[in-house]
Formats: sequence, structure tokens, C-alpha cells
Amino acid sequence: MSTSSTLNPRRATSEEVAKTIKRGGANWKPIAFQALLLILLSVSLLILIVLLADILVSAWPTFRDRGLSFITDGLSLNPETAGVWTAIVGSVIIAVVVAVLAFPVGIGAAIYLEEYAPNNSITRFVDTTVRNLAGVPSIVYGLLGLALFVPLVNIIGFGGATSGKNVVAAGITMAALVLPIVIITSAEAIRAVPNAIREAGYGVGATKWEVVKNHVMPVALPGVLTGTVLTLARAFGETAPLLVIGVATGFFAPAGDASFYDTLTGPYTALPVVVFSWTRQTQAEFAETLAPAAIVVLLVVLFILNGLAIWMRNRSDRKW
Amino acid sequence: MTDRIETHLGTTEEGQMAQEQANTSTTASDVAATSAEDSDAVRTSGGDPDDLNPVIIELENVNVYYDDFHAVSDVSLPIREREITAFIGPSGCGKSTVLRCLNRMNDLIESARVEGGVNYHGVDLYGPNIDPVEVRRRIGMVFQKPNPFPKSIYDNVAFGPKIAGYKGNMDDLVEQSLDRAALWDEVKDKLDESAYALSGGQQQRLCIARAIATSPDVVLMDEPASALDPIATLRIEELMYELKAEYTIIIVTHNMQQAGRVSDRTAFFSVDIQDDGERTGRLVEFSETATLFTTPEKQETEDYITGRFG
Repeated sequence: MSTSSTLNPRRATSEEVAKTIKRGGANWKPIAFQALLLILLSVSLLILIVLLADILVSAWPTFRDRGLSFITDGLSLNPETAGVWTAIVGSVIIAVVVAVLAFPVGIGAAIYLEEYAPNNSITRFVDTTVRNLAGVPSIVYGLLGLALFVPLVNIIGFGGATSGKNVVAAGITMAALVLPIVIITSAEAIRAVPNAIREAGYGVGATKWEVVKNHVMPVALPGVLTGTVLTLARAFGETAPLLVIGVATGFFAPAGDASFYDTLTGPYTALPVVVFSWTRQTQAEFAETLAPAAIVVLLVVLFILNGLAIWMRNRSDRKW
Repeated sequence: MTDRIETHLGTTEEGQMAQEQANTSTTASDVAATSAEDSDAVRTSGGDPDDLNPVIIELENVNVYYDDFHAVSDVSLPIREREITAFIGPSGCGKSTVLRCLNRMNDLIESARVEGGVNYHGVDLYGPNIDPVEVRRRIGMVFQKPNPFPKSIYDNVAFGPKIAGYKGNMDDLVEQSLDRAALWDEVKDKLDESAYALSGGQQQRLCIARAIATSPDVVLMDEPASALDPIATLRIEELMYELKAEYTIIIVTHNMQQAGRVSDRTAFFSVDIQDDGERTGRLVEFSETATLFTTPEKQETEDYITGRFG
């Protein structure tokens, strides 16, 4: 206070202060910038809304005329009776294989990378490689599946009538596809656990395993779960790898009373593949109303999965 | 800001201060009785005079490196049983680093390397076949920021004994530990609630309860009150004073008044800045707290405690 009064020998009058701090007229630049951002947001939203509305309008006749039978009917060449049940079954089996294979392997790898691996150039190399793998186009994983997993499935006895080009090989390929993403999201969730919690654990005489099991993983779990369930959604939506490893884009009779082994090793299809295949059918109904209806089913499944991810995250967050 | 807090602390604590001064003066007279013993005698672990508590941890020429960086140079000092030993000094002087050597907490930093001897009951903690996990059960730790586990109050205290294979009645042990940490009355009706629902001061006392639940010999406290308000700080200090009857406490603190209030002995650390800008901490002086604060041997210590540091 005293220093400022010595620097400014004369005290400013209130008019002078008012002149400097009051604004003369509106400043248009920030308002214009804000408006621009709002327009950009609206454009992206508009595209989404138009897309959704178009699909819903096209799909509406199918659901109106067929009701639930569109869901419960199997594939057929007749647009009157064609449904998506076979595709839902195929997609669900693929998702289960992904969950069984990619989740434990990916989460385990993430725990090792974050908690155990020494901080050296090899670890950093592995880390970078995993990140790069997450960016590899999915068609490349399809080729990997064809070259590696289809023969592998044959060797372990799940070849069946399709000589390995079946839902098991598809599941393994999808697992390989999402594995890097599972590792990255899990590793990030684990890294976000405050070090203070680890120190507290070590401080009372816990071993590394006890600290990881009792303190790090429970805290990281919401993030890990969210990430893994979202990768499941990715596996549901992927089309290209399945086309490469011989998904049945044609039509086959619904499994009916075939044995579980035959279902698992027989020809299969998946939701996005059905959409793809229907858009290329010669009968107009397939492309005009059935494909949009299948898209709606796929979107509903994805929304459910995303909702599940959010619900699981909130549920495990709420605990403390 | 700091000034205001300390003034406030001074006024709220007058009763406490008077009481502690009384205590200090008794210890001071004890010192007078043993002042014939020179500082070399204090440093030997064997042949203690009867009125000096036995040495529980002896640091011998401890050097700490992070990769090539020499963080702490040549620290030697004895820690005596059932006393409060304070480490004071400016930022970066290595006092926390030295504290973390005492329960192998530095192991968690990959680049850290400790040379020299840290003898606990005569056993070198950095010797062969030492299990750091077992060391940390015997030498507990309370950290700068209260860091309860994101679990219930009960589970926070019970975790340490549980993993150590405690066979007795866990409920009793939890009650006992919380009681000793002067927290039982405040939390006895909400043991199942999250530890995060407690205030900062309560969380820190919970961390102390957690540290003593494994029945350690020694409790290391790394600036335990630096994140707390003056009243919570006072409670922690009172608690340390009570715990001294059963445990050996080593406390790192930035607050010289705090060191003066609670500790029996004080080690003053300082930092040497080399030509290449590397900062290496070293022990300047170690003696009875009363002596260090009234008649320090070294000019450097006097400059620091009178606020003329630098």
C-alpha cells in the first residue's frame, strides 16, 4: 500500500477509474468466435441426426409389418421372412470369444506394463508398439486371422464343416484386433491410480502383489471396465476382418436343432456383415428397408453396451 | 500466510506449549546430567549410560544416489528408542530421502541406490537377504498427505494386520489402534463408512492408526501435519507425544516450531550446491532439541533456526 502511494503521488479519481474499467459498447470478436464454435457443433450434430432419422424412417416399415419376428427370424432369401437372429447369435458368440480371450490377456498385460515392467528402453518399445498396433487398419487383422487363426482353429479341432473359417476364428481375430485397445485403456486406468495409495500399501508391509490386488486394481477397475466394454462394442461393429476370413455373406438355413459344436464350427454371419450383404442384394426391399432395420438392431446393441459401460463405471465409482 | 498460521498456532496452543515446555525442561535437566558425555559418546551404540535410551537405528555414512545424482552425502546418526527424533532443514536437503531409507521405501524408486549402513537393532537393513516387506511391518510410515485407502475406516486399519496374518480379534485390534490414534470416539459409530468422508486431520490420524495397527517398533512421519490446519496439527503433535511412550518416532518437518515442540533430538540437514548445479544434502548438526535450538554448535544451524538462512 505505502509503496504504491509513493509511486503514484496523485490518487486517481473515480471518473478516471470508471473510464478505464467500463466498456464502451459490445466486443464482437469473442461473440463471433463463440457463434462459430456453436455452428461447428451444430453441423456435427446435424449430420448425426439426419443419418439416424434417415435410417429410422427407412427401417420403420420393417418393424411395423414384422414386429419382433424380424429379430427372431433367421436369414432368408425371401425379404418377407428374412430376419437378423442368425446374425445376432454370430455377433454374440464373437463378442463372448473376445471377452474370454482379449480381456484377461489385455488386462494382465496392462498390469505387467504398468506395475512390474522395469522402466527401460524395452518397456518403452513395447509400449509404443502396442499403441501403433491399435492404429493398424482392421482389414490387416483379417489377413492375420486368415493366415494364422483359421489354420490354428483347424489344428485345435474346431475346424468343422468350414475348415476353420468359422465363428471361433472370427472371435480370435476380433480379440487380436481389440487387444491393443484393451491394453492401452487398462494401462491408462492403472496409471491414473494415485501413487499415494501404492505407498500407503507398501508402508503397512504389503507385498507388490497385495498392493496391486487390494488397492491398485479396485481403484482402477471402473476405468478398466469402461475401456473393455467399449472395445466389445468395437468388436461388434467391425466388418472388414470378417469378410476376409470367410464370413458367410450368402444365406444358410438357421441352425435349428444342430448341435452346439456344429453351430460353433459351421457357417456363420454377424450383424454388420448382414447389413453389408443386404445392401448388395438384387431385391430392392433388402437394401431399402431390411438393411436399415438391421442397422437399427446393431445400434441398439451398441447403445446397450455403452450404457452398460457407463452403468458399471458409476456403480463401482459409487462405492467410495 | 505462513506467518498468520504460525501466530494462530501460537495463540491456540499456549496451554499445550506450557505443558510441553515443562516436559522439555525435565528432559533438558536430564541432558544436563549427561552433558559430560560428549557427542562422540552419543554416537556409539554400545555402552550407553543408563539414562540414555538405547539406540534402535544407527545410520552409518549413508549416501543416497538417484542414478548419478548424489542426493544425500554421508549421514551418520543414532535414533534412540521411545524418543521423537526430528529431521529439519530447507527444501531439497534430503531429509525425506533419509527418512525413506529407514524402511526401504526408496526401493520403490527404481533409480535410487543407498550406500552405507542402516543398522536396525544391529542388523543392516541393506544387507543380504533382508525382506523389505517385513522391514516395513516393523518400521511403519505416515505420509505427508493423508492417504487412506479408498475403503472403509475399519478396513483401513485392518488391512496391515490381515496381510501380516494377524490371528487375534481384529475388532479389538482396530478399536485399540484407533483409540491410540485418538480417533476412536469420533469414528466408532461409522467404521463401515468411507475413510474419505473424514476430515483431513481425522484422515491423518487414521493413517497413524493404520501405521500402528501392525505393532511396529518405529513410526516414520514425513511432514505429517503439513497439509493440515493448526488445530489438526496440534492434535497430531499431542498424539505423537503420547505415542512416544510405546514407539520410536522419526518426524520430518518444515516447521521448526513443530520440531521444537515435539522432538527430543533434532537433526539439521542442509544442502550443498555443486558447480554443476547438483544439490547434495548433508547432515549439519545432530543433538538434543533444546541444545540445537538454543546453543547450536554450527553457525549454519544458527542462521537457519533464527531465520537468517541463505
